[in-house]
Amino acid sequence: MNSKTKKYAMVIDTRLCVGCGACVAACKMENQVPEGLHRDWIVEQVTGTYPNLSMEIRSERCNHCSNAPCITSCPTGASHRKEGTNIVVVTANKCTGCKACMASCPYNARFVMPDGYVSKCTFCEHRLDEGLDPACAAACPTHAISFGNLHDKMSHVSKLLKVRKYKTIIPEAGTEPNIFYLL
Amino acid sequence: MLGKISRREFIKIAGTGVGALAVGGSLYKLASDVIFNNDDNGPVVKTPTYCEMCTYQCAGWVYKKGTAPWKIVGNELDEHCYGRMCTKGLSGLGAYLDPNRLKTPLIRKKERGKQVFKEASWDEAFAYIADKMEYIKQKYGPESVALFSHGSGGHWFKTLLKAYGTNSFAAPSYANCRGPREEGYVLTYGEPIDTPERTDMKNTKCLVLIGSHIGENTHSQQVIEFSQAVANGASIIVVDPRFSVAASKAKYWLPIKPGTDIALLLAWMHVLIYDELFDKRYVFNNTVGFEQLKQSVKNTTPEWAYPITSIQPELIRETAKEMAKCSPATIIHPGRHNVWYGDDTQRVRAGAILNALLGSWGRKGGFFYPEKVELPEYPTPPFPHPKKSFKDAVNNKYELANLIVSSGICDATIHNVMNGNSFYEGWFIYGSNLLKALPQQEKTIKALQDLELVVVVDILPTEITGWADVVLPDTTYLERYDDIRTSQGRTPQIALRMPAFNPKYNSRPAWWIAKNLAEKMGLGDYFPWKTIEEYLDYKLKAVGTSLEEMKQVGVKNFERQTPLYITGSQLSRLDTPSGKIELYSSTLASYGFDPIPTYTKHEDPPKGYYRLLYGRSPFHSFARTINNPILSQLQNENAVWVHPTVAQEWGLKNGQYVKLENQDSVVSNKVKVKVTERIRPDCVYMVHGFGSRQKHLKRAFKKGADDQQLITKVNVDPVMGGQAMHGNFVTFKV
Repeated sequence: MNSKTKKYAMVIDTRLCVGCGACVAACKMENQVPEGLHRDWIVEQVTGTYPNLSMEIRSERCNHCSNAPCITSCPTGASHRKEGTNIVVVTANKCTGCKACMASCPYNARFVMPDGYVSKCTFCEHRLDEGLDPACAAACPTHAISFGNLHDKMSHVSKLLKVRKYKTIIPEAGTEPNIFYLL
Repeated sequence: MLGKISRREFIKIAGTGVGALAVGGSLYKLASDVIFNNDDNGPVVKTPTYCEMCTYQCAGWVYKKGTAPWKIVGNELDEHCYGRMCTKGLSGLGAYLDPNRLKTPLIRKKERGKQVFKEASWDEAFAYIADKMEYIKQKYGPESVALFSHGSGGHWFKTLLKAYGTNSFAAPSYANCRGPREEGYVLTYGEPIDTPERTDMKNTKCLVLIGSHIGENTHSQQVIEFSQAVANGASIIVVDPRFSVAASKAKYWLPIKPGTDIALLLAWMHVLIYDELFDKRYVFNNTVGFEQLKQSVKNTTPEWAYPITSIQPELIRETAKEMAKCSPATIIHPGRHNVWYGDDTQRVRAGAILNALLGSWGRKGGFFYPEKVELPEYPTPPFPHPKKSFKDAVNNKYELANLIVSSGICDATIHNVMNGNSFYEGWFIYGSNLLKALPQQEKTIKALQDLELVVVVDILPTEITGWADVVLPDTTYLERYDDIRTSQGRTPQIALRMPAFNPKYNSRPAWWIAKNLAEKMGLGDYFPWKTIEEYLDYKLKAVGTSLEEMKQVGVKNFERQTPLYITGSQLSRLDTPSGKIELYSSTLASYGFDPIPTYTKHEDPPKGYYRLLYGRSPFHSFARTINNPILSQLQNENAVWVHPTVAQEWGLKNGQYVKLENQDSVVSNKVKVKVTERIRPDCVYMVHGFGSRQKHLKRAFKKGADDQQLITKVNVDPVMGGQAMHGNFVTFKV
């Protein structure tokens, strides 16, 4: 990707996340995600033994990877990048429901809609066009979710990654994910 | 190790050492999607509301696409939620769209509890109630009708029943939840904590949570300010037998033995006083009874507390020093649901006394002075004076209780409990599912059987509706106006709730039900306004705004009249007998209670049994939301948390189902086991509100276990009648 494009990223502070699921509910309502399906979810990870415990809570979703296997594995071009950005989107009427993208995604971020096409988080691209944050980031009560453009060195997300320790999930998959977790 | 595991494996891993939970992902599919089956894509409209998914009443906006419900978001002007609603508030449309809602008035055909009803018109239902109410008034007097209510619509029924001539108004939220907190603070500071809490968490440097699981309890303002405290690097100290979400954010987690909190609090007091770490000037200026307190905690050292609480003495000292170092910006959080062991008012008071030693009341980062907008009442004729009151009903027990105790009404209803006579003959139940809200379900059912009239006003067919003579279907909060929200806070604010939708089915708004029933009962003069808009506009104009303006803004902020905190260390006169903070309470002494809290040992579980603890899930407001079509997708059952060593002893596997049996041989519905290091080995934990036994709640029926059913033993708080529910023990039926 050249630097003229926008490189959108989500920076999620695991110190602040309480796992309340507001991101899950906000996304469901905003995007009218059907019964039993969801574009984001919560993971709680406990380490240690009583009484020396620690717990990390993460809000997870599609990582909008810079090296996205779902795009390369899609036979029809339905999975592609939104123009001028790194956002991975699916064109419903090009998707045949073959599930190659689902098999290739290490994050289990995709699901099949009742109508047979594959869907997932879009970083709320329709909201970005209006200058709004994704619904999950706008709803998060603890302000754990920050969103912005990593190509802009002055953006809040760029600054957070400069000053805080962070990690990505399954970096060894080589997908170059764009969801970062502050530790 | 992190990042080495894919989410698929995550869900498979059992909870020893590493555990995970994925929210959502329920595998069942319904034939139709009740939420998103309306394709109207007209222009987006938004109307103001305040939420009713719990009692915190955050203000928000309801969005529609044309006529189709879309979403709800917080109102930026609101201090209850700072523009960010919780999971439940965001899912409020589920309450409106729930296909299992009560749809039309019902009148009972068979005996109570059989759930055989005939559908009725509103007129028929009102006529039935009005006749019975007249009969009760003539035969027993109007004072023999009681109201249980929960939520904003209850206000209209209070007006109705005050006009009828009774003042017996109970809310389970008092004796079964936060009553001890309010009385503990009234006794110490002359004022309650109230809602939203007056805790200055966003400015605090040290926050002590005793059993409060903020984050899992999602009262928005509390969660948001808690996260601000975490972001500011405040020291968080969590005292809890369970490694709660809040504990996972804490600098210190004290996994206390349940039932011993007072010993820990006394040890902390001992350290503050005897190491001279307390705020001397503040205590000298503003308190009475310091010398008695000092004497009283002379021997309650950390070493004394250690064998009682299982908390290491050095940890008790270190945390006490941390609190002192940060004072006065230290908060011993008063909690919310306080009815645990029966000495709850005293335990809350112990925390209140600690706050006084740290000088946090009235100080920045401690407790601020809230303000509130006073709205005038719409003029009505004077209300009749009841000849008897609830105090007579409960034989003047609990004279320090400022509100009526729900169980007292149950006792006063059951024939034979009170010399063969009963005080109450009629119950109105608004929005409170008493079989889930009160312990000792059998007693509640006994009382229900003895009544002349039971009227239930609710949205869903809950357990209690099955016991009603008349069921009246209320609308959800999204289909109605309600009274203006006026609540305490940093900024005096008011908020408007207006209907975003027309009432579904044949439901009617609470105000409409109360007004029309009043007219049927000849009490129409007490609802003298023609329309609800007229009523609201009258009140709003009195404070310089109008209904029209409120429809545009939803929330209106007013100027404060007084400072938020004191400057210096002199409080103005408090509303206590001495005018000062009562470290030693002469009021308690005069009623024969401990003037300074003392520790008394509680019963331990018998061998093979574990103390049953319960709490909150961020996805639900207990029983009232478990059937919500959105929230039930996030969590549709509860689990029983079991420590690995206990699981091993019983051969329990993570994810298997077991039944629990309590000390009185009551057996629960089957419940999923969650094997986790996050709980002490001497107790088990579950989220309250599940295990519905109401077949009409299709999503909730028999999902998970009902802790309330297992709470057959109640320890009553002698000070205010609180019903403590952490004294039950369970074993496994594998």
